[in-house]
Amino acid sequence: MTAPAIELKGISKAFGPVQANKDISIRVMPGTIHGIIGENGAGKSTLMSILYGFYKADAGEVFISGQKTEIPDSQAAIAAGIGMVFQHFKLVENFTVLENIILGAEDGGLLRPSLAKARKSLLELEQEYDLKVDPDAVIEEIGVGMQQRVEILKALYRQANILILDEPTGVLTPAEADQLFRILGRLREEGKTIILITHKLREIMDITDTVSVMRRGEMTATVKTADTSPEELAELMVGRKVLLRVDKTPAQPRDVVLDVKNLKVLDDQGVERLRGIDLQVRAGEILGIAGVAGNGQSELLEVLGGYADATGDITVNGQALDLTGRYSDGRSRRERGIAHVPEDRQREGLIMDFSAWENTAFGYHRDAAYQSGILMNNAAIKADTQAKMDRFDVRPPHPHLAAKNFSGGNQQKIVLAREIERNPDLLLIGQPTRGVDIGAIEFIHQQIVALRDQGKAILLVSVELEEILSLADRVAVMFDGRIMGERLPAQTDEKELGLLMAGMNT
Amino acid sequence: MNFLALFDLSVLDTTVRLATPLLLACLAGLFSERAGIFDIGLEGKMLAAAFFSAALASITGSVWLGIAAGIGASLVLSAVHGLASITFRGNQLISGVAINFLAAGMTVLIAQDWFQQGGRTPSLLTGGRFEPITLPFAEALSTVPVFGPIYAELISGHSILVYIALFCVPGTWYILFRTRFGLRLRAVGENPAAVDTAGVSVVGLRFAAVGICGILCGIAGAYLATALQAGFVKDMTAGRGFIALAALIFAKWRPWHALWATLLFGYLQAIALRPDIIEGALGFKVQVQLLDALPYILTVVILAGFVGKAIPPRAGGEPYVKER
Repeated sequence: MTAPAIELKGISKAFGPVQANKDISIRVMPGTIHGIIGENGAGKSTLMSILYGFYKADAGEVFISGQKTEIPDSQAAIAAGIGMVFQHFKLVENFTVLENIILGAEDGGLLRPSLAKARKSLLELEQEYDLKVDPDAVIEEIGVGMQQRVEILKALYRQANILILDEPTGVLTPAEADQLFRILGRLREEGKTIILITHKLREIMDITDTVSVMRRGEMTATVKTADTSPEELAELMVGRKVLLRVDKTPAQPRDVVLDVKNLKVLDDQGVERLRGIDLQVRAGEILGIAGVAGNGQSELLEVLGGYADATGDITVNGQALDLTGRYSDGRSRRERGIAHVPEDRQREGLIMDFSAWENTAFGYHRDAAYQSGILMNNAAIKADTQAKMDRFDVRPPHPHLAAKNFSGGNQQKIVLAREIERNPDLLLIGQPTRGVDIGAIEFIHQQIVALRDQGKAILLVSVELEEILSLADRVAVMFDGRIMGERLPAQTDEKELGLLMAGMNT
Repeated sequence: MNFLALFDLSVLDTTVRLATPLLLACLAGLFSERAGIFDIGLEGKMLAAAFFSAALASITGSVWLGIAAGIGASLVLSAVHGLASITFRGNQLISGVAINFLAAGMTVLIAQDWFQQGGRTPSLLTGGRFEPITLPFAEALSTVPVFGPIYAELISGHSILVYIALFCVPGTWYILFRTRFGLRLRAVGENPAAVDTAGVSVVGLRFAAVGICGILCGIAGAYLATALQAGFVKDMTAGRGFIALAALIFAKWRPWHALWATLLFGYLQAIALRPDIIEGALGFKVQVQLLDALPYILTVVILAGFVGKAIPPRAGGEPYVKER
């Protein structure tokens, strides 16, 4: 019997009082793809960081191909044949592909021979694994899908036999993700061992041979992918039954709340970011905006939220909205019944060093209920925050805690509670579940649908196609500052939307 | 008007001599900043080096012991900067400011204690200074038209440190763009995480860069006190460290551009010494104060970003903290 490519025995790691990994053991056989799935903070990344020599485990042993191996630093991990593709690529942006590949693995003091050798091996790798890249392209000028290939090639150039990928599809279009999975399949055929860390159940089901589930630092199960189901995995991750599909009735759209006509936005460099957007959102419906990040969705939210100038016409409940000037700001927008849950909650939605109660007042701090003469009525704000935290199940429910001390999902609930409870006519919501745990995703989705059922208009922007398809009543796809097309979720699929997202009109 | 007179050989000769400390300091800053460590302490390091080189040269009578002491003093301050900003991940600007203050105060204090001459060193005699070198055939060729005077006056007749500084330009280019060390150094200034995950020590590379910066600043300071002048006087660097930083930005962190930028500053300093030439060339008198201010005005203009967008190394100023 062959030895496992990687075997971990009893790995434990604590950060202060937090036990990030508790007695974790896994075996991954060579030539297989092993998935590790778990919520944020379940300890997946910590485990992989130990394997790559970033952290030292408090206890436990690592065996590579049956040999007990110490991995004190990245150098040792590379020597042991482990390659890692991080969620945030570790590439030097203004270097060429070739320079990035040899960095740290040069053959001698001078660059020229190293570059020549790398160029040759790159050609071989390209043929062996069907991984095409232009060796002389500069990293910042190629797309993320290509950058990821460079990361994979970096690992292969260092003779990696074990490849760890951390949330690899987070930044990819569906087509790019499919391509990545084809590459991973090819690597598996060639006998490489792959560990895939993800929170997306569909990816696990699609490509892995075996899967381990982590919850709160512990490995709760390791199963053959063929013997399990998404529902079972979700339950193992969260520790209770989770509704994967959003439970909602058909929308009953009424009057038009938001009407956008020929909206154009120029950025600082004079580049047109929105090139004439037309869209409508009615009361009682959710319009989902799909698209790869950076195609104008953020600019659309910024204009609607009142912090970017634009040209064109926008009406809310039939009344025109100022797109420049002093009545084009967040305060005026709120007064018009527009609430906004921004895409980047840590930068735009919250002040991370401020406490939850202060964050709850932001934007609504002029509210009469929050005043006491010329002073703020802090006691009222705190009481209000406490009530909101209870209704939205924010954990821990402490208004005094700084925003940065809550998990991603709970931060999002704080923002959501602030905006939704104002009873807006129109809710703008960007990436509602980015970096949010499955359990909290379910809750947030329910809140959005409940708001719709109260007859509110909702504009949802998300790069997660699954989320758009399950939440939205209509889907508009943005590409390069334009709406490529509108579809009904029931009458489309990820493939068609993926093509639209790539700018191809079908 | 005769604009050609502005480029009188004697002015150009002075330009080279005055540009030399700027060039050395600029290349010092280049190594440090390319590795992601901002260094506004160039000034302080040069000043400390100037004092210790003059002091040792004066005491021992050997200029070589003097320059060794200057480099040593500069390296000590580099080590402080490295410790503060690399090891303890402190604020690089604050560390640099502290070094400048420290050097400004300490040099005068120690000078007074050692020499009792009001915070200066005694004037250096022959042997305690770097003397001009006459290149071969300078005498013989001086009669050849055009080339002869240029060779004899402009190229020949500088101290060894001038030639070392000029040699450092292609040297720096070669190290940065043709060697493994240079590739890693540039990478660590752009994205230290990439270097770290590639299994190379970020801390080691940055200390190496800061060390090179210390050596070059040491030579620059020693040049001021033992070649350009004959001894140390209070605050003798006169803002050259900051001018070098401006030149570095002007040069967009590139070695050859650094040479041209520092020559420009050197020229402005040189022409300010010769108001007679300016008057002859332009036909009217220009206030000496205005001429003296020119290099500093140019510095402000450059720092205010009037010379186009200069993109510094992306990880510059940021201490590296390992993240998952």
